[in-house]
Amino acid sequence: MLTCENEKELALRARNMRCHIIRMLEAAGSGHTGGSLSIVEIMALLYFKHMNIRPQEPRWPDRDRFVLSKGHAAPGLYAALCEAGFFPEDELKTLRKLGTRLQGHPDCKKVPGIDMSTGSLGQGLSAANGMALGLRLSGKAARVYTTLGDGESEEGQIWEAAMTAVHYKLDNLTAFLDHNGLQIDGDVTKVKSMLNPGARFQAFGWNVLYADGHNLRQLDAAIELAKQTKGVPTMIIAKTIKGKGVSFAEDKAEWHGVAPKADEAVQAIEEIMAGGCK
Amino acid sequence: MAEKIATRDAYGKALVALGAKNKDVVVLDADLSKSTKTAKFGETYPERFFQMGIAEQDLMSTAAGLATVGKIPFASTFAIFATGRAFEQIRNSIAYPHLNVKVAATHAGITVGEDGGSHQSIEDIALMRVLPGMTVIVPADGPEAEQAVYAAAEHDGPVYLRFGRGGVPVIHGADYQFKIGKAEVLRDGGDVAIIACGVMVEAALAAADMLAAEGIAARVINMATVKPLDEGAVKAAATQVGAIVTAEEHSVIGGLGAAVAEYVVGNCPVPVEMVGVQDVFGQSGNPAELLKEYGLTAADIVAAAKRAVERKKQ
Repeated sequence: MLTCENEKELALRARNMRCHIIRMLEAAGSGHTGGSLSIVEIMALLYFKHMNIRPQEPRWPDRDRFVLSKGHAAPGLYAALCEAGFFPEDELKTLRKLGTRLQGHPDCKKVPGIDMSTGSLGQGLSAANGMALGLRLSGKAARVYTTLGDGESEEGQIWEAAMTAVHYKLDNLTAFLDHNGLQIDGDVTKVKSMLNPGARFQAFGWNVLYADGHNLRQLDAAIELAKQTKGVPTMIIAKTIKGKGVSFAEDKAEWHGVAPKADEAVQAIEEIMAGGCK
Repeated sequence: MAEKIATRDAYGKALVALGAKNKDVVVLDADLSKSTKTAKFGETYPERFFQMGIAEQDLMSTAAGLATVGKIPFASTFAIFATGRAFEQIRNSIAYPHLNVKVAATHAGITVGEDGGSHQSIEDIALMRVLPGMTVIVPADGPEAEQAVYAAAEHDGPVYLRFGRGGVPVIHGADYQFKIGKAEVLRDGGDVAIIACGVMVEAALAAADMLAAEGIAARVINMATVKPLDEGAVKAAATQVGAIVTAEEHSVIGGLGAAVAEYVVGNCPVPVEMVGVQDVFGQSGNPAELLKEYGLTAADIVAAAKRAVERKKQ
């Protein structure tokens, strides 16, 4: 259960993370705004409530793992890591610049706290499975979390991995589908008929849970349920809004891979601070 | 006639021995464990063997995930699927983060035989060699294959191991010590240097005998590690011998010949003749027929050696 105090703290973290995302993207001049903003509540719950991690000891062997399978949402991950203290806030403005640790897509060799390099879609769920298999084999209680995109699930490898997770009964794995309904070329149902992803994962044998991906209480309850589920992996279908929290970017495919300009960033930060969104 | 062992059999045997010594070693296979010879490891250490089904992309990225939590995964399937089907998984999930995954591929080259061109991997060395930080090993016989497996497990980083389907004559004794990145001079000679890997090492030795009968002394170098290339051995061949023939069961584009030529061109230009598959796909046939059809016999190496010697004189 999420206490009121927890919820307040997480909402504050989420707000800070959204501000970080806007500022780093504006400084970079390029990057993925929409899909970074849609995963913020998922990231806040993982990094500030559920994941067992040590920012001062990023390679702690018993830590829980996270794989951002939809690696283009890297600003969402960087915002969480910076907020958690893995690296200084100042570094965010180096995003995507020559020599930075904060590459356009997550690089586990460079950034403390990143457990797997991702970016090429469809590979992260397999990697998360490998972590879950390896941790279980080593007798560790650590859990593995991963966030996929709904557009990303058009990749065949996602379904290869979906079979693997069920075949090996990976109940130490919790996946999120950031179901914002949009991909670069438009609506996911129009681009490749990505209809009812929950039913698809259910048919593959997953424990499927549904949550409003911006509702901290619903997400928290789903994560708790997933932890108690034995013998199968859990997929939390998180219904989200691409560009969440910024009126001009919300639910717009054209904000998939565009960074806010200076004036847009000012407006975005104002809106985020006011907490005003759909 | 020397004893023949398939390098894939040596791989399977080495895995079982390695599994006993190193508890971090895990093996993944994609529904070919009887052919790749990983099945024995699976029977011996079932909890450390992961059957991934016919899903090579998942195979490679899952191996990557296992490596991030400290395991030493050997991921096996046929070379064509490992490096072709799952190339981008190897690139982005394994090589880019420089993870400790051993891609151990069998049934490489045209000696796969009757299955035909669709299954004959003649570009895998090129595909793996181009990846930064990837070590590429092509053992010549059973003992070397076995040693290469142990060396790969000791090496921290991604390794591509290339094994064949058919039996190859044993040329190394029990005391042989394989070292990653170290070429082996099997025979010395001052007229031409033959640099070979895999099944072509035996052919190179046979060619050296044939050349000797004609008064041409050949140095035979087993370049089992194609990357990192033993540049010292290539430089010595170029400067001391002055004419080089490369021989590989692979396309002449991008493989061992290309690696040698790239180094020679920039450092010690001498004639280089390449024996390999000439930018064509293979076809069905038995291995001996195919080696002849595609110009990969001892006689082909002899002809190339003579061309190289002639060019040296010019």
